[in-house]
Amino acid sequence: MAHISVKVDGTSYQGEVEPRKLLVHWLREDIGRVGTVVGCDTSNCGACTVLLNGRSVKSCSVLAVQADGCEVTTIQGLADGNDWHPVQTAFKECHGLQCGYCTPGMVMAAVDLLSENPTPSESEIREGLEGNLCRCTGYHNIVKSVSYAADLMSAGPAKGAK
Amino acid sequence: MIPVEFDYVKATSIDQALAALKSGGEDSKIISGGQSLLPVLRLRMAEPSVLVDCGGIDEMLGVRDDGDSITIGAATTHHGVMSNSLVQKHALLLAQATATVADPAIRHRGTTGGALAHADPASDIPAAALALDTSFVIAGPGGRRTVAAKDFFLDYFTTAVGPDEILVSFSIPKCDWGSSYSKFNRTAQAWAIVGVAAVVNVQGGVIKEARIGLTNMAPTAVRASTVEAALVGASSPADITAAAMHAADGTRATSDLHAQADYREHLARVITARAVRAASGI
Ligand SMILES: Cc1cc2nc3c(=O)[nH]c(=O)nc-3n(C[C@H](O)[C@H](O)[C@H](O)COP(=O)(O)OP(=O)(O)OC[C@H]3O[C@@H](n4cnc5c(N)ncnc54)[C@H](O)[C@@H]3O)c2cc1C
Ligand code: FES
Ligand code: FES
Repeated sequence: MAHISVKVDGTSYQGEVEPRKLLVHWLREDIGRVGTVVGCDTSNCGACTVLLNGRSVKSCSVLAVQADGCEVTTIQGLADGNDWHPVQTAFKECHGLQCGYCTPGMVMAAVDLLSENPTPSESEIREGLEGNLCRCTGYHNIVKSVSYAADLMSAGPAKGAK
Repeated sequence: MIPVEFDYVKATSIDQALAALKSGGEDSKIISGGQSLLPVLRLRMAEPSVLVDCGGIDEMLGVRDDGDSITIGAATTHHGVMSNSLVQKHALLLAQATATVADPAIRHRGTTGGALAHADPASDIPAAALALDTSFVIAGPGGRRTVAAKDFFLDYFTTAVGPDEILVSFSIPKCDWGSSYSKFNRTAQAWAIVGVAAVVNVQGGVIKEARIGLTNMAPTAVRASTVEAALVGASSPADITAAAMHAADGTRATSDLHAQADYREHLARVITARAVRAASGI
């Protein structure tokens, strides 16, 4: 077992983990952050995307021990109390989801994309989200959501987005 | 799935990593970004007893200017490499190839040195490294040695880096020639069916010299030497197309569920002409 200390959504957690434990399993099973989901076994789908020290990663493809000393932001850490993050608001307004399984990862990938490129074109949004698969929407409303989120974030004081 | 049990060592220096590899015996393995290794472990296609994490060794991180060349730490992430100003200025081809790897999240974790050491024949990085005349610094129990690009890639998933060794860094002679990485794949985030890495020295509208690396046309990335020779003196799109007809010469393309070998050979010819035209502006 290895000792790890990780800050998740603003709270510090300490724990003993088996080195083989994937970060996504630690988040879900050990500290109850079940908002982040697993969709595949091949690192392809992006459903498990979180921010690790501010950048998007697939939490099924990082060991929990590798996150020792790092900060993790999950979908559950985006809202500020009852105030949603603009990307969450935009997904609701633009109906950027159907079954919602891909949504936690899509939203986190979109937050990362907008932090690097606050005014992405449609093709930049599609490229930026290429690591996230959606089996329902056909992507159009997801692209609209991210574009609308960019508008919201440039209009108001950018809040919460790292 | 969940990987088999293993021990984990977070190395902070090359010496410590080498010692951990040695004491772990033949089942010990390096992990850098884990973006190739963790999917393999999750499918239980590998069962290492010890993972030695080289992702946090200072000496293996970042890009430095060495005068005539730039040196890239093997554990620098794909994202770190493609967004680095030295790479963009002096080895643009590497930035272009790296930008086509996987997706942003994988590029935030996966390392360019890891891709080179892994040597997947479909990886985009080895062909760019060949075209850029890269040399590799390898550390092992007997000290350090430098290996030239032509001697680095040996076979499928096999390089000059031995099981008890570590790829520390790689160096690229500064290159201000025109460059292009052209990758053919059918879906977003997919590996190359064929990829072509080209750097071309054009003077007065005439190609003086070209270096071309091919992805996924053999068990390792290869140079398209016949095309390189045929391109000298080329000055028109027709000249380039004629030279690119040799792109499949001497290659050993395979057939798999993505493409038949003869289709790959056809693609190599077409994509080589595209890459050279983009790189040369002709
Ligand atoms: C969905 C998906 C799509 C991908 N698409 C592409 C693509 O289109 N093009 C592409 O080029 N790649 C692609 N990749 C692979 C990606 O480039 C990996 O990041 C890279 O191949 C491995 O780098 P890593 O640091 O993650 O290595 P790891 O996974 O940590 O290690 C890979 C192997 O290399 C060895 N190794 C790692 N570092 C060293 C070192 N410094 N010295 C000695 N040995 C070392 C390890 O022991 C292991 O055997 C993809 C990966 C995934 C999951
Ligand atoms: S669960 Fe599919 S990429 Fe992580
Ligand atoms: S909304 Fe169902 S997978 Fe995307």
